[in-house]
Amino acid sequence: MAETLQNLLLGFSVALSPQILVYAFAGCIIGTLVGMMPGLGPLAGISLLLPATFGLNPIIAVVLLAGVYYGAMYGGSTTSILMRIPGEAASVMTCVDGYAMTQNGRAGPALAIAAIGSFVAGTLGVVGLMLLAPTLAAWALRFGPPEYTALLLMGFFILAYMSGGSVPKTLAMAALGLIFGMIGIDTMTGYTRFTFGVIELGDGIGIVPVAVGLFGISEILLTAGAVAPPKVQRPKLRELVPSGEEFRLSLGPIGRGSLLGFLIGIIPGSAHIISSFVSYGIERRLSKHPERFGQGAIEGVAGPESANNAAATGAFVPMMALGIPTSPITAVMIAALMVHGILPGPMLIQQQPELFWGFVASMYVGNVVLLILNLPMVGLFVNLLRIPYAYLYPCILCFCILGVYSVSSSVVDVWIMLAMGAIGYALRKFGYDLAPIALGLVLAPMLELSLRQSLAMSAGDYAIFIERPIAATMLGLGALIVLFSLKPLISKGKDWRASVGLESERS
Amino acid sequence: MSSEPSGTEQARGPRGLRNDQFSGLILIALALFIGWENRAFPVGSLQDPGPGYMPLGLAIFLGLIGLLIAIRSGDSPFLLAAPWPEARRAVLILLMCGLAALALERIGYRLTIVALLILFLGVVERRKPLPVALVAIGFSLASYYVVGDLLLVPLPRGPWGF
Repeated sequence: MAETLQNLLLGFSVALSPQILVYAFAGCIIGTLVGMMPGLGPLAGISLLLPATFGLNPIIAVVLLAGVYYGAMYGGSTTSILMRIPGEAASVMTCVDGYAMTQNGRAGPALAIAAIGSFVAGTLGVVGLMLLAPTLAAWALRFGPPEYTALLLMGFFILAYMSGGSVPKTLAMAALGLIFGMIGIDTMTGYTRFTFGVIELGDGIGIVPVAVGLFGISEILLTAGAVAPPKVQRPKLRELVPSGEEFRLSLGPIGRGSLLGFLIGIIPGSAHIISSFVSYGIERRLSKHPERFGQGAIEGVAGPESANNAAATGAFVPMMALGIPTSPITAVMIAALMVHGILPGPMLIQQQPELFWGFVASMYVGNVVLLILNLPMVGLFVNLLRIPYAYLYPCILCFCILGVYSVSSSVVDVWIMLAMGAIGYALRKFGYDLAPIALGLVLAPMLELSLRQSLAMSAGDYAIFIERPIAATMLGLGALIVLFSLKPLISKGKDWRASVGLESERS
Repeated sequence: MSSEPSGTEQARGPRGLRNDQFSGLILIALALFIGWENRAFPVGSLQDPGPGYMPLGLAIFLGLIGLLIAIRSGDSPFLLAAPWPEARRAVLILLMCGLAALALERIGYRLTIVALLILFLGVVERRKPLPVALVAIGFSLASYYVVGDLLLVPLPRGPWGF
């Protein structure tokens, strides 16, 4: 514990330097604005800002991008509460009771509780990250190729089970993502696969064009024909203070949402989205007056908002400790670190303690910045929503083209982004979840390499995955999850999605 | 016999493939295509898996999952009944962005963005010429200044150096 505190002090000495503070501040503001814009969620925002971090030092780059991430999580809740427009998918549940509170004249307290819940959850999440990541990293040093193969396979099974959509559709998307990840030169043999004569594809498909296309362009294609935005309310500062009763009702949901969100955040998938749905379902079930939900219950804002922010922090645990992204957002963050020659994983915390602990401390700072910045300035930020969408979406498209081109100065990346936009649009119309594609793309080289190395180690004997205890445990857990996943396919009983109303909301 | 649909047929609504059947079949077709393209790469053996090993496994898996999705399509809506009101505009947006991708390295970033924004705002959204011109030129120059000049990200210039 003393060592952790000492490391944290080291982190704060990095995070409180004026330069880092400025970038954390800038990241939070950019993130808030990005989160408020329909069509630009945290993923597209981080992807588009990635080229701008190439010239920065790695700590600043990761602090800036993390600021964008949790700033966007907060910004999404503002539009959900004031306009019933979720700036990003994790804020869908906040729309329900948040907007109802706005209609009841309680927009201010809804925004305040969302901000306080996000702050508490974010802070608790960082404590969890601080305590869990080094332990996990130390344990992961025992991992060899079979353990990594088992871990990645287990991750895909958990992703399929926890995903908001149907299990077969999620698995199909994960397979599609893995196939996209096969494009390019095979690192073990030098064979060039599925490039169809396009030289630029030799290096494979990058995560940025895929992420911007799937999540940014497809959203614009779906919403481009939207009518003029509804009237925007601008709550005044004095209207933000919640009543004592509202505070009392929010305490439990904030605590439960923080814990639940952090745990779900560690699991692969669209954790921040799923956690908000699950939290809403739990709060509705625990409430003595469930009929209030949908009519402006503050618990329906406090729970999901805390959960999605805690999940955003939880996702950094496997990223930092294992080098494995559990969401497309952390995949882009890993890409950002790799540009600077840093490979997240078990050795990162030992070899670059100032980076890890500086990042952890900057998250504390970022949470405080968001709380101080966003509540008084909410009236200023909502002005962005007054820009007619007819002007906004062409500018967002230009940003997408600019951002994707900037990553590697390649028009092929722009074409990939457009193709992914079209694919994402069609898949969303058919009810497919897109996050597994991005995850599959990023994890494919790691999975293929570790699988082939494992088989080479064992002379082709698949028993290597059972003989090694860590790998066997993870595969056993994966098999158990597969069995749970198959239950709704076989029987007509409801699974967890139906009980929290997830499928109906997402379809 | 009348060619008009009867009342009973109208009440039944559109028939044909369901959404999940269609998407499942597309996945199967994609799996077959990947399997076909994968012929060029040695699959290897269990002891020494080749570059075609994992793509083949994934193609088989994708095909099977596609089949499962197509078979379990009971509650899925009919393909023809699904609303696609934004499809025409979506295609138009993609075509315009495609044109921009073609033009980007030929006429440079600034001119491409000006042209693209004029097309979107003036032609698609039918906004007034003055705001269109201001937004198009302003966005193009400002974004070039921030990204190209301040952040030093190399952006393409046209043959006229602009």
